[in-house]
Amino acid sequence: MLKRTALFEEHLHLKGKMVDFGGWELPVQYSGVLAEHTAVRTACGIFDVSHMGEVFVEGAGASEFVNFLVTNDVSVLATEQAQYSAMCNAQGGIVDDLVIYKLGAEKFLLVVNAANTDKDFAHIQSVLTQYTGTKPKVTNQSAQYSQIAVQGPKAEAILQRLTETKLSEIKTYWCKEGKVLDTPAIIARTGYTGEDGFELYVPWAEAPKVWRAILETGAADGLLPCGLGARDTLRLEMKYALYGHELTDETNPLEVGLAWVTKLGKNSDFIGKSAIAALKQTGPKKALVGIRSLGRGIPRQGYEVYAADGATRVGFVTSGTSSPSLKTPIGVVWVDKAHEAIGTKLFVKVREEMQETEVVKTPFYRK
Amino acid sequence: MSYPQNLKYTKDHEWAELTSDTQMKIGITDHAQSALGDIVYLDLPKVGRELKAHETFGVVESIKAVSDLFSPIQGKVVQANSDLASEPSKLNTEPHRSWMIVLEASDAKAQFQTLMSADEYSAYVKTL
Repeated sequence: MLKRTALFEEHLHLKGKMVDFGGWELPVQYSGVLAEHTAVRTACGIFDVSHMGEVFVEGAGASEFVNFLVTNDVSVLATEQAQYSAMCNAQGGIVDDLVIYKLGAEKFLLVVNAANTDKDFAHIQSVLTQYTGTKPKVTNQSAQYSQIAVQGPKAEAILQRLTETKLSEIKTYWCKEGKVLDTPAIIARTGYTGEDGFELYVPWAEAPKVWRAILETGAADGLLPCGLGARDTLRLEMKYALYGHELTDETNPLEVGLAWVTKLGKNSDFIGKSAIAALKQTGPKKALVGIRSLGRGIPRQGYEVYAADGATRVGFVTSGTSSPSLKTPIGVVWVDKAHEAIGTKLFVKVREEMQETEVVKTPFYRK
Repeated sequence: MSYPQNLKYTKDHEWAELTSDTQMKIGITDHAQSALGDIVYLDLPKVGRELKAHETFGVVESIKAVSDLFSPIQGKVVQANSDLASEPSKLNTEPHRSWMIVLEASDAKAQFQTLMSADEYSAYVKTL
């Protein structure tokens, strides 16, 4: 039996095309991926992302424990500030990537990937068991929170009609606790699309009321409900990593472009640090790069990647699609580091054909 | 969705239109395009290729998915619609008018009669 969000009936009502996504029954699209993608780039889109996991770490020792758990440095965060991070195993493999919200001096919300929530929570509890410092309270509150993402250049204007919280005062990657309508909400200026926008964390059962109000007030602005299909093309145009594609339990953050959230110099030990430091010493062998197809062939996850000689296999595609904004096939490939330079020619084996591609600057999409 | 009565259909979601006793046009159904979503790529076979019934003759890709195309009958490819390959989104907007290939077979008419009628296909799609 697939899990359903509090917005399941709304999706059916909006004629969402429902699919199994990591055990959740969610809409892959409503009106169509292209239309929804374009709405987010030019106006606004709303997404039901209630399947994401919410883990709270709070009480004495919370800040130090989170810093022991993740690769980034939460000691630099002010209350109401957010941070992207990774959480590794002892071998330096990525257990998950996550967004951390500091809600109080010793209160953190960790937002993790839906399909990883149970694995992550078990990992966090096992880390807590071996942790020798002051142990905070760790709770999985995924079933208590719905999450709605409101993304696009008109997101602030639309959402502002429904809240007394001054949205213009929330900077990118900051949040405030307030209300949307009369519903208590964590209002965060974060997202996964490359556009300005907000993610709202509201009590599970309150989601339909908030969802309908946003749809209603945003309709005249060109707001559309958006499914997982557009969420994927939007994040891919930004080269944002997706767990299970770019990130796995075996990949080291230094080999998938996450050095910027891996703070080996922070004033805290953390799980995976020695393995990551060792790789930094010897030098990463792999890199995650963006490619653009020089023909019609579309790179897809799992396709083999060959060097410019067309014969030496150097990696594989982690994600690929036809970019709705650029109208050209794009992909993210995990290749030997020698092939990461912009302009490098690479071949992707698309069925029986070798499609020529080149390494390009990312994000693929720029305003 | 409505399925034209003059076309015949397959469980692989292709349609066929008999254009003479020995030739038919082949495309994909409204159900197929709707399931795929926004179509961005179409790969067609070379003219002259001999196909068996149910053999893969090409590939269609939407933003999200890759799908093989299956020949409804045994026959030879005598035309491939390169205009459609350069504008594959027409498969979404006019699926039953967007032919992909023309197949030729001496018994094309007899093979055509073995395919599903519009009513049979409509009923089949409802069971999916």
